[in-house]
Amino acid sequence: MTLSVLMPVFALMTSLLASVILFALPEKGYRLRTIINLAAAILKIALVGVMIWGVAHGREYEAAFTMVPGVEFVLRADALSMLFAGLSALLWLLTTIYAVGYLEDSPNRSRFFGFFSLCVASTMGIALAGNLFTFFLFYEMLTLSTYPLVVHRGTTKALRAGRNYIIYTLTGGAVLLFAIAWLHGLVGDLRFQEGGYFSDVDPSLNGPLTIIFVLMMVGLGVKAALVPFHGWLPQAMVAPAPVSALLHAVAVVKAGAFGIIRVVFEIYGLEAAEAMGLLAGLSVVAALTIIYGSTRALYQVDLKRRLAFSTVSQVSYIVLGLCLFGPLGVIGGLVHLVHQGIMKITLFFCAGNYAETLGVHRIDELDGAGKRMPGTSVAFTLGAFGMIGAPPLAGFITKWTMGAGALEVGMDWVVAVLVISSLLNAAYFLPILHRLWFAEQCEPWPHERRWGRLETSAWLLWPPLITATLMVLAGLLANVPFSPLSWAELIVLREVAL
Amino acid sequence: MTPSLLYAFAGVALCGIGLFGFLRLQHLLRKLMAFNLIGSGVFLVMVGLAQRNGQPDPVPQALVLTGIVVAIAATALAVVLIRRYYHLSGQTTLAEPAAKSARPKARSVNREGAPE
Amino acid sequence: MTLWLMAGLLFTPLAWAVLTLMVDFRKGRLVTWLGMAVQVLVSLGLWAAVASDGGFLYLLGGWQAPLGIELRVDGLAVTFVLLTALVAAACGWHASIYLDPGKPWHRYFWPLFWFLWAGLNAVWLGGDLFNLYVGLELISLAAVGLVALGGQADALRAAIRYLMAALLGSLAYLLGVALIYGQFGTLSLAGVTELMNSGDAQSGQTFPLVLMLLGLALKTALFPMHGWLPPAHGIAKSPVSALLSALVVKASFYIAARLWLDLGGELGGFALAQLIGVLGSLAIIWGSWLAFRQTKLKQVVAYSSVAQIGYLFLLFPLTWGVTEAISLQAQQGITLQVISHALAKAAMFLAAGNLIMSVGSNRVDALAGVSRFLPFSLFSFGLAGVSLMGLPPTGGFAAKWLLLQASLASGQWWWLAVLLAGGLLSAAYVFRVYRASFIESTDTDQFYHPSRSLEVIPMILALMSLGLGLVAEPVLSVMSLPFEGGGQ
Repeated sequence: MTLSVLMPVFALMTSLLASVILFALPEKGYRLRTIINLAAAILKIALVGVMIWGVAHGREYEAAFTMVPGVEFVLRADALSMLFAGLSALLWLLTTIYAVGYLEDSPNRSRFFGFFSLCVASTMGIALAGNLFTFFLFYEMLTLSTYPLVVHRGTTKALRAGRNYIIYTLTGGAVLLFAIAWLHGLVGDLRFQEGGYFSDVDPSLNGPLTIIFVLMMVGLGVKAALVPFHGWLPQAMVAPAPVSALLHAVAVVKAGAFGIIRVVFEIYGLEAAEAMGLLAGLSVVAALTIIYGSTRALYQVDLKRRLAFSTVSQVSYIVLGLCLFGPLGVIGGLVHLVHQGIMKITLFFCAGNYAETLGVHRIDELDGAGKRMPGTSVAFTLGAFGMIGAPPLAGFITKWTMGAGALEVGMDWVVAVLVISSLLNAAYFLPILHRLWFAEQCEPWPHERRWGRLETSAWLLWPPLITATLMVLAGLLANVPFSPLSWAELIVLREVAL
Repeated sequence: MTPSLLYAFAGVALCGIGLFGFLRLQHLLRKLMAFNLIGSGVFLVMVGLAQRNGQPDPVPQALVLTGIVVAIAATALAVVLIRRYYHLSGQTTLAEPAAKSARPKARSVNREGAPE
Repeated sequence: MTLWLMAGLLFTPLAWAVLTLMVDFRKGRLVTWLGMAVQVLVSLGLWAAVASDGGFLYLLGGWQAPLGIELRVDGLAVTFVLLTALVAAACGWHASIYLDPGKPWHRYFWPLFWFLWAGLNAVWLGGDLFNLYVGLELISLAAVGLVALGGQADALRAAIRYLMAALLGSLAYLLGVALIYGQFGTLSLAGVTELMNSGDAQSGQTFPLVLMLLGLALKTALFPMHGWLPPAHGIAKSPVSALLSALVVKASFYIAARLWLDLGGELGGFALAQLIGVLGSLAIIWGSWLAFRQTKLKQVVAYSSVAQIGYLFLLFPLTWGVTEAISLQAQQGITLQVISHALAKAAMFLAAGNLIMSVGSNRVDALAGVSRFLPFSLFSFGLAGVSLMGLPPTGGFAAKWLLLQASLASGQWWWLAVLLAGGLLSAAYVFRVYRASFIESTDTDQFYHPSRSLEVIPMILALMSLGLGLVAEPVLSVMSLPFEGGGQ
């Protein structure tokens, strides 16, 4: 009983406490900082693992108290939150390992790791939030804790990116707050509940509920980088590579997408949202974002910028999946939350490795990098093929399920969107792969560094290799219990019950 | 119109004159006098207006005594501040110094300490 | 028991004031440390007493009103008493390290500090209009004296300006009191309310109320009467600025709020309430904009006070002509705003003082690189900023949430826009400071490190302001009947 209350709190506290300790550490305490970081991350994985096991066997984990009159603070572990919590706990560990190597000699490490942990704590809070109010609390905390990471380098470019980031996200937050407050005024404090609340709602409320839904999608869409609110994301790639990786794969954009899932599933209810005609509009926005992001990615010469636009496009798969309003489509969307995270983090790790080891930032400087850095390049290649959707990698599972889901509910145009998007993905990823493996190096690397006999520092090399392996496994073992796909099926069985 | 009501109206008139002076005058001492004028007006209103069945009410008289003490304290503080301000900046108004024409007196006056 | 507590609360500050008046800075500091410990304990004791037994009406020395002094000790009053004790003790502690004992006039800090504290307690507990006036004047005079401690011509100019505004405001208030007394023959707020409820309210009585509110609004620096505040708060020593922004402006607002809630329902009107609300909104927008434009760090914080005070005045429209439940929600929201702003702003001023001390310049752009050297003070500044922005989980957010709910429920949706825009605007000026501190500049690595205790104090205050949002419910439940005479 007590344990079931304490588990979500512990899961949150591991990174929160770690962050406090890390802030207090002196700048030079390198070894201690690394130990604390890794210990906290491993502890968190263990806690989340226990909760996943428990949730799969029907346990309930919940902690709640009243914060402000009429509003509760709720932490709760259900199948959906475990999907996100598991992803972030796992990738936190890998990103921490990567960041330790990446920031080896750079200044302000206490500050960096402190905010990094705070950022993960916010993500965990978002995953475990049991009602909209709690969700919003951590959503804004995430905004604040990522700002110092984005501007970490302190250059003019970073500061400008930080300013845009904060303008976009805080405005989005204000819109979201408005929507939440309005909803609260209309119907009171709503916990996230399987199947939602509005399946048999008074028709007179339809008008306000529609407006609230739109406002919420705007507020969440800013973080999820839905067009036209995506402007901050490509700029934010000036942040250090581990930050970009975290931002793109786990924390910020996923928080937005996860929020959309929560609102659609557990506040409105999939059926009610469909009945009110809300999903149709959302699906169009998502489809536009997918095509737009991929098209823009084609024209980028900076590697991280290309990946950033690719994120814009890929995250909308999640949203599009929900809009398909059928079990398969929804499963596809949910599973992409995890798959996209693993694939994108691999790509960003690799981009960071090229930048850190060879000083390469632009795509046309990558010629022949495959020979110099085979491990990184293999990981990158796998990530790219995953994104394109080549079987049997993770991305293929997503696209296949979603396509089948679209046909199932008769939204054939979605299949066309998927095909076009895959072609565009191929168009912007294959040239990179060609340069990596088949082009000859004609100029020396802009700024090369050597770490012993490996192609790069071991701290930098292992994380992308591990995530690439996970990605392959997620595709090959998609039907094993506790794989992302089976977990998404479990969620759909339990929560949506279509 | 009872005499005490007359006092009250006189008080209102004083308030008006004082307010006019307070807002229009620049010289700080004049401003301070205007403040005292408003104060007197308010006290007049207070004793003049409060009548119970034609009998003067003792309570406002007591209050006005307190009020006068407060006003004296405020005036004293203001005078100290204005004097010291004049010593430091050579100015008698609150206008921002446009140029450094004012005579900046030496720090020897510091011993006067803070206002009290 | 409560007798002793009450006596301790009201008279010992005066005793400390007289004591410290007679000794030099260092001895005054010792006396003050002792005094602060006593005050915090007494305030805690009274708070606990009221939390367990409820509020009561206290007649000082057993004398009846109107000549005696009547104190209403309700949940709200003791909450503010406790808040004052915490914030003032923090500022006093900070000042005891921050102020330079070498400057002879600094010894006057202690008596002024204690007079201020006594005046604040008198206002929180005061039950009749005239004693509130006396308390208010005590506060104003002490506060002006504290501002003048800066010593230079600029500080004196700001102090005189402040004094003039404060005196004018007090007189307007006093005139209103005189008119009310002429009409009702009583000074007790409770008495006036009673008379009015028995149907004695006549037309024309709105004027005294408006007059009093006008005077109090001037003293609270409501837009467009805020001109005196930024120079005074900006130029004062940091602990003084903290006291002024956190507590002093709240005293006059507290009186205005009590007047409004007791008399406003009868004497006020929709138009008056909306007008005050609009002025408050303009204060939020205009104050934040000016805060964004300032080049000096403490001016940013001072203008931010103008903006934050604007939120308080939303109390007026949100409690007029609405149901009991909505009014209660608005009152709770405003009370939380008062408390969280007091904590956050005190933290911010103290942290700003540390930052200025450390970089040796009061300009915002001088902060470049300071995030590497003084993360602690910067972090306190940041946390306080989060509360001012009204982001969760701070007290500022809880306040904003309640106000949002109150405006939605009362159908006055236009305040929603103000609340949301205000949050974004405050984010703009707070992030401007963060941004400056993150710039990596090559030429500044000469930083002076203030002592650890100077850095810890703002951190404690900022954390309290942050934690307030999490424990808003219990805090609000102690002020069981906000703004209602609990002991009547």
